[in-house]
Amino acid sequence: MTLDNMTQGEIKTRAASVEFKSVTKRYGTEVTAVDDVSLHVEAGELVTLLGPSGCGKTTTLRMIAGLEMATEGKILIGGSDVTQLPATDRDVSMVFQSYALFPHMTVLENVCYGLRASGKKKKQSVELAEHGLDLVGLAGYGSRLPSELSGGQQQRVAVARALVLEPQVLLFDEPLSNLDAKLRRQVREDIRDIQQRLSLTVVYVTHDQEEALAVSDRIIVMKNAMIAQVGSPRELYEQPASEFVADFIGEANIVEAQISAVHEGLATVHVGDVTLNLDSRGLAAGSAKLAVRPNRIFIEPHHPGSADALVGSVLKATYVGDRIEYKVATDLGALFCTSEATDRQVVEGSEVAVRFDDVGPVLLPHSA
Amino acid sequence: MSAPVSDVLATRRGSRVVILWLFIGLLGYFVLPWYMLEDGFFSFEWLFDGYPFDSDYAPGAFLVYQGEKIWLTPLILPLLLPLVVLGRKTDRRFFSTVLIVAGVSGFFYLFAQGFAIGIRGFNAEWMTALFGELGDRQFGFGYGAVLLACTFLFYLTTGIAARGYINGDVFVVGAIGFIISIVAIFIFFPIAQMLSSALHDNDGAYSLSVFVEKFSENKIWGLACLTENRGCGVAWNSLFLAVIVGATTTLLGLVFALVATRSGFRYGNWLRALTVLPIITPPFVIGLAIILLFGLSGTVTQWVAGALDLQPSRWVYGLPGIMIAQMLSFTPIAFLVLIGVVEGVSPSMEEASQTLRASRWYTFKTVTFPLIRPGLANAFLLGFIESMADFGNPLVLGGNYDVLSTEIFFAIVGAQNDQGRAAVLAIVLLLFTLTAFYAQRRWLGKKSYITKTGKGDGGSHSLMPKRIMYPCYAIASIWVVFTVTVYGMIIYGGFVETWGLNHTLTLKHYITTFAIGFNEFGIHFKGTAWDSFFTTLKIAATAAPLTAIVGLITAYLLVRQQFRGKDWFEFGTMLSFAIPGTVVGVSYILAFNVPPLELTGTGIILIISFVFRNMPVGVRAGIASMSQLDKSLDEASLTLGANTWRTFRKVILPLMRPAILAALVFSFVRAMTAISAVIFLVSAEYNMATSYIIGRVENNDYGIAIAYSTTLIFVMLAAILLFQLLVGRNQTSRPFQTRTNVG
Ligand SMILES: Nc1ncnc2c1ncn2[C@@H]1O[C@H](COP(=O)(O)OP(=O)(O)OP(=O)(O)O)[C@@H](O)[C@H]1O
Ligand SMILES: [Mg+2]
Repeated sequence: MTLDNMTQGEIKTRAASVEFKSVTKRYGTEVTAVDDVSLHVEAGELVTLLGPSGCGKTTTLRMIAGLEMATEGKILIGGSDVTQLPATDRDVSMVFQSYALFPHMTVLENVCYGLRASGKKKKQSVELAEHGLDLVGLAGYGSRLPSELSGGQQQRVAVARALVLEPQVLLFDEPLSNLDAKLRRQVREDIRDIQQRLSLTVVYVTHDQEEALAVSDRIIVMKNAMIAQVGSPRELYEQPASEFVADFIGEANIVEAQISAVHEGLATVHVGDVTLNLDSRGLAAGSAKLAVRPNRIFIEPHHPGSADALVGSVLKATYVGDRIEYKVATDLGALFCTSEATDRQVVEGSEVAVRFDDVGPVLLPHSA
Repeated sequence: MSAPVSDVLATRRGSRVVILWLFIGLLGYFVLPWYMLEDGFFSFEWLFDGYPFDSDYAPGAFLVYQGEKIWLTPLILPLLLPLVVLGRKTDRRFFSTVLIVAGVSGFFYLFAQGFAIGIRGFNAEWMTALFGELGDRQFGFGYGAVLLACTFLFYLTTGIAARGYINGDVFVVGAIGFIISIVAIFIFFPIAQMLSSALHDNDGAYSLSVFVEKFSENKIWGLACLTENRGCGVAWNSLFLAVIVGATTTLLGLVFALVATRSGFRYGNWLRALTVLPIITPPFVIGLAIILLFGLSGTVTQWVAGALDLQPSRWVYGLPGIMIAQMLSFTPIAFLVLIGVVEGVSPSMEEASQTLRASRWYTFKTVTFPLIRPGLANAFLLGFIESMADFGNPLVLGGNYDVLSTEIFFAIVGAQNDQGRAAVLAIVLLLFTLTAFYAQRRWLGKKSYITKTGKGDGGSHSLMPKRIMYPCYAIASIWVVFTVTVYGMIIYGGFVETWGLNHTLTLKHYITTFAIGFNEFGIHFKGTAWDSFFTTLKIAATAAPLTAIVGLITAYLLVRQQFRGKDWFEFGTMLSFAIPGTVVGVSYILAFNVPPLELTGTGIILIISFVFRNMPVGVRAGIASMSQLDKSLDEASLTLGANTWRTFRKVILPLMRPAILAALVFSFVRAMTAISAVIFLVSAEYNMATSYIIGRVENNDYGIAIAYSTTLIFVMLAAILLFQLLVGRNQTSRPFQTRTNVG
């Protein structure tokens, strides 16, 4: 499959934007699964919903699909109000975590299903379906039953089935969780590839932060039924808006710091005996929290009097192949750091000097 | 601002459905005969006998046109009213209001005129007073009226759907409306009719005191048996019997379940085969076999009398006989319930207990038994209800031990012919079974310890401790020997000249019942039983698919849809399980022998009674298999643009084929073996096998009764085997994987 025959292909995009205006979903009176969420997904963009279990990702996705109805607020797809429209009438397809292939239909019949339901002639449906199978690399598998395919192949059938309808929005709910680690990487690249070639609007749910970082244009991080932060993968990783986001996307050490002065957006920050110059992110002088990624902390053999370093002792050193993970006790508490110098392992119990990288540590804005 | 997309779509989809029902309604009003036909619709005699002008056969419109039955005129208005909104871009609220008005007014007027005007003109005196003597009359609804009623009903549901109820889903709202209507008409209406007739004296005047008097009668509640040597009231008799039978069948069922799963017994599957016995055995057959064994001229009685030089006695007629027969009949039902429960206890729990150093006995006592306790209560209540409702065994074995179900029958058919008394007795019986049913749902409906994790947690069940194992083996063996003897007796009995007197083997009974001859017209079914046999087959075969459809739609609504009042909906649809057949029989006679629903004496009333008696079986089969289907299959179909109706047809139904077949076969078989409701509803034209057999028994024609029963058992066995074969093949060729959605 090359880009060329793609452009001649019959599957076109009718990608549309998705907008939530203060959407709330309650189950009964007790459970609020989604709480006053507003979001915007541009046409042709892949946006990931990321968050811990139970934070409302699936519910949000199902509201886009029309499988759940919003309790309050408005949902717009392609600019028109679809809040009251049931799933059947929305131009949105969904790839389920379980794939939900119809076990009594062949692969081709599965892919034809939506086309037939929307009133296409049999012959045309079959043509489109075969094209869709081709697109996901399963040409020639049409006459098999889903049970005769591997997990990854079933997954791709599910994608083809949703794709051939040329939906305004394509939804994925943890599409990779049934696959093994190797296949996961492969399929996720395939999905991203197809999405970019056809410039589809995709909303993608996952609770795996690495997957989210890898596939998304933008990520929406959710926490307790609300949005914690929205941004590109790099923004989220490098400029987390809160302790929660800093810790959820990649790991981070959160340490207490003091800002002594702010000058033209640059803050002078003291962490123990260490002084750093960092983006103030709108903070004024006073106490603050600092997030530091484990790979932005260096440890060296301790020399009395080393400047700009904390004194610590190695509590634990774990060799994990491509790096060594250290847990170091300091005055600021235990710090977690990694070192790629796997040849020189610092033995447990030894005194070390702990330094911070110049770039990387980031001040966290005060939470509201 | 133009109407939102959802409005346009909702009215467009609604319009299509309305056009369909408008067409059907026109068919009902203008084409099909309005009233019930004397000779049946499907004889098509009416077509050549004056249709469409003869007033017996005329459609509603022709009647009105000829100036007859002018009260049918207004029906045209609600029928055509929806034309106002069709094909026009309208506001959704207006659309739905028009439909709701048309549906409600049409439905209401149709039934109001049906109930107001009967075979003697106005039914109520105040109407005669108001309008004067009518000078005309009408009969029960025919197909024309029924179609029109359906049209009005679905106008209404489409209107409600357009209001946005259940996401504006026309199919789901329609299905809910349909099920509620038929349950109301064929379950609640007859029961209400029965209550009301219990509140009227024999002249038809309302009287609470008559009811109280009849209800508190000594014959029902008397406690004479405690103090003197006389029988107690029938209510106590029934209750006492049902408690004993419930308890013993539960105990026996548990014994069997343990032997089948926890004894390392290799032929467990053969034990399972026993569970089909009560399904294929007409309820009174066990009673017959007991008579053959222990009756006055029974084998055992004669042998014991000979050996011990005693006078043969009639001890078996009465409580002992009924008890033995019911225990044999209902133990397999308890077994069926309990084997699921015993197997459902996850082996890993018992293994966990054993790794915690508990002995086998201790594990059984503290883990296994508490886990199956709710199942035991369930089995007890089922046995209780079955025993209360059983009619066949007490009828053939009752002697002087009167129970409610037979007492009801004799109140109607006997010399007394006292419908009021039958209704009162039926109410007492209904109170008992409903209480048990309510208890079962209240305590056990939600609370299920069965640990189906879906994860194959491996492990196998540990064996029972020895001190339980040996008694279990002993009891089970005795029971099996007894059952085999009983069925042996039944088969043998059909080939014996006259039981107890002349034991020469003969084919005479089979020849009398099922002889086939040839005459100038070809094959001639000479045997006396053929008539009822064919009727039974025909009626059971018609009822089975209807039962399956109603059951599956109900199951679909219960498992897959959320709507307000669903708990009540479920209660209403499962209720008929707790209504004993005799009560159904009485209430149908009371409710359906006058217009507008004049069904007594037809085959339709038999079919309807089967559909509603067996509906819970269909619902259960549907629920069981539908809960195994991953809900994301439906959702996938919906997000692919299919509507619920298409989803139901293309995804759910095909995947439920085994459940559908099961529902079909079970309702077929149960219709063939039913007796309690049937015996009230059969007519000369529509006589059923079971009531024919009971007739023979009453004439002491045991040979013929037994030969016929044996034949029925084998026919049903064949049906079940055929079904197993079909489903078995079906499953291997399409290996469905069931996944569960964790997301
Ligand atoms: N049908 C329902 N009835 C009641 N509560 C529900 C229902 N569905 C979801 N919830 C609740 O809503 C909240 C959000 O659920 P949701 O399925 O959206 O979580 P999620 O972010 O997808 O989690 P996961 O990563 O575990 O899939 C949870 O607290 C859940 O318990
Ligand atoms: Mg989820």
